Amino acid sequence: MTQMFSIENVSVAYGKVEAVRNVSLSVEQGQIVTVIGPNGAGKTTLLMAAIGLLKSTGRMVFQGHDLARIDVEGRVERGLCLVPEKRELFADLSVADNLLLGTYSLRDRSTTRKSLDDVFDRFPRLKERSKQAAGTLSGGERQMLALGRALMAKPKLLVLDEPSLGLAPLIVREIFRTIASLRSLGVSVLLVEQNARAALETADYGYVLETGEIIQSGPADTLIHDPKLIAAYLGGH
Amino acid sequence: MTADIAAILAIDGIATGAVYALVAIGTVLIFTVTRVIFIPFGDIAAFTALTLAALDAKQLPGTVGLVVVLACMACAMEVVSLARAGELRTVPKAVLFYLVLPLIVVGTVWLTMRFAPPMPVRIVLALLLILPISPLLDRIVFRPIADASVLLLLTVSVALHFALVGLGLLFFGPEGVRTEPLTSMAMEIAGVHVSGQTVLILTAALVFSGLLFLFFDFTLIGKALRATALNRTGARLMGIRPARAGTIAYLLGSLMAGVSGILIAPVNTIFYDSGFLLGLKAFVGAIVGGMTSYPGAALGAFGVGLLESFASFQSSTLKDVIVFSLLIPVLLWRSLASQHSEEEVEE
Repeated sequence: MTQMFSIENVSVAYGKVEAVRNVSLSVEQGQIVTVIGPNGAGKTTLLMAAIGLLKSTGRMVFQGHDLARIDVEGRVERGLCLVPEKRELFADLSVADNLLLGTYSLRDRSTTRKSLDDVFDRFPRLKERSKQAAGTLSGGERQMLALGRALMAKPKLLVLDEPSLGLAPLIVREIFRTIASLRSLGVSVLLVEQNARAALETADYGYVLETGEIIQSGPADTLIHDPKLIAAYLGGH
Repeated sequence: MTADIAAILAIDGIATGAVYALVAIGTVLIFTVTRVIFIPFGDIAAFTALTLAALDAKQLPGTVGLVVVLACMACAMEVVSLARAGELRTVPKAVLFYLVLPLIVVGTVWLTMRFAPPMPVRIVLALLLILPISPLLDRIVFRPIADASVLLLLTVSVALHFALVGLGLLFFGPEGVRTEPLTSMAMEIAGVHVSGQTVLILTAALVFSGLLFLFFDFTLIGKALRATALNRTGARLMGIRPARAGTIAYLLGSLMAGVSGILIAPVNTIFYDSGFLLGLKAFVGAIVGGMTSYPGAALGAFGVGLLESFASFQSSTLKDVIVFSLLIPVLLWRSLASQHSEEEVEE
């Protein structure tokens, strides 16, 4: 397997407070990797640094390119796309326009029509509401739109921040089914989740982040049976 | 006041309002995309009129010098900041964009002038010369402080206006100009005399705001501009560079301001500092409309134009006082009626 994305000894600080310390992880081609951990562990901070919205120290390599001097937009153009926790949709624009803007970073837009149809096949709800303003959608539909918009950019690595946050269980299941199906498209996924069980069931490999440090890692089906993790994160589900 | 006079004043007010509307729409465009309240838009309009007047008189307009100076400054700043970031590969592109393109515009104007071009060509040349000014000013003044607060950006914008007035005096001189009338046609509508100029102003305002609407609704770049205005982080995550969106917004806004300058030049005498009142009244129109809505800004601008027209009938010396006094109740009403926007709450 070839390496898609690697983070080596990355630290991120807000002023003097280090939110992420010396984190290293890697995502292989076509793999789904998850980072689980409690609230405030630094998961979102890590992803913001990965996309370039936050400054970090250490090294990040994406498809053989060092990302140090590449800004957010440059990373997106290379196929590194983030679906942020806040979704960051364009509330006053229609669902269709939100999706079309996903293709902004592409040089070749001849396949836009097909990508749009693919997204509508995947999320028929978005097709029904394609003329509606994104701000009028429900929470679940917003997440579908955020995912669909990212898929329009034909990402090579999709970075997902808490895709299940605040959603009804039925929709959570649908979102995770979508994430699992990305494997067949050859899209690698870096998934950050509080819903540790669902994340580990979907992922190939997992890391556990606590207070800014990786404390454990391993194949997802090993982690899911780890008694310590079951006690900390997986119990009660 | 008889009905006849009221009709004449109303037509006059609508024509003035249409000119303000063009500048107000440009102001809203720049503000929503870059968060800068671009006070110097009035100056851009006045400079366009002065440029056209110089071209009419077969003189090399002062704008040429202004553009060359700004292009050199902007190019030097860009190259230095690229060199500091160690991005020497992109230097040729920066030089092309910030120096060569403006110089091509200047060269084109210089060459075309020798053939004593007809009026429509002169208008196009004047607009071409004006277009680079705001994007270059953006690079020189606003890019280094792009993340500052709206208030700081506004303060800098006001300072920039005063600097531009000084530069205007330097490059254009103190004389006032009035350009050739664009049309001498006139017509009667329901017994009221309407000049061809008024019709032209209204048509231009409608055509340019219509084109802007089409641009926003049917092109990906137009949508990217709206996306940047709505959510900068979201736009960046789509690969839309706010700085580039800003440049496009400045170009479009300058075009609107330039067109308004050309439309008022035959009816008003324009001096190097005439832009301030024009820009300020358009700004009042934009504020009445809420600063973020294009139809609102256009309506507000028409309101300002009408008010000014009727106020000048009552007392021509107090017309500006009346117009700007209107701002106080509007601001009071706006601040009492509006809830704080979601964005402010989040921060």
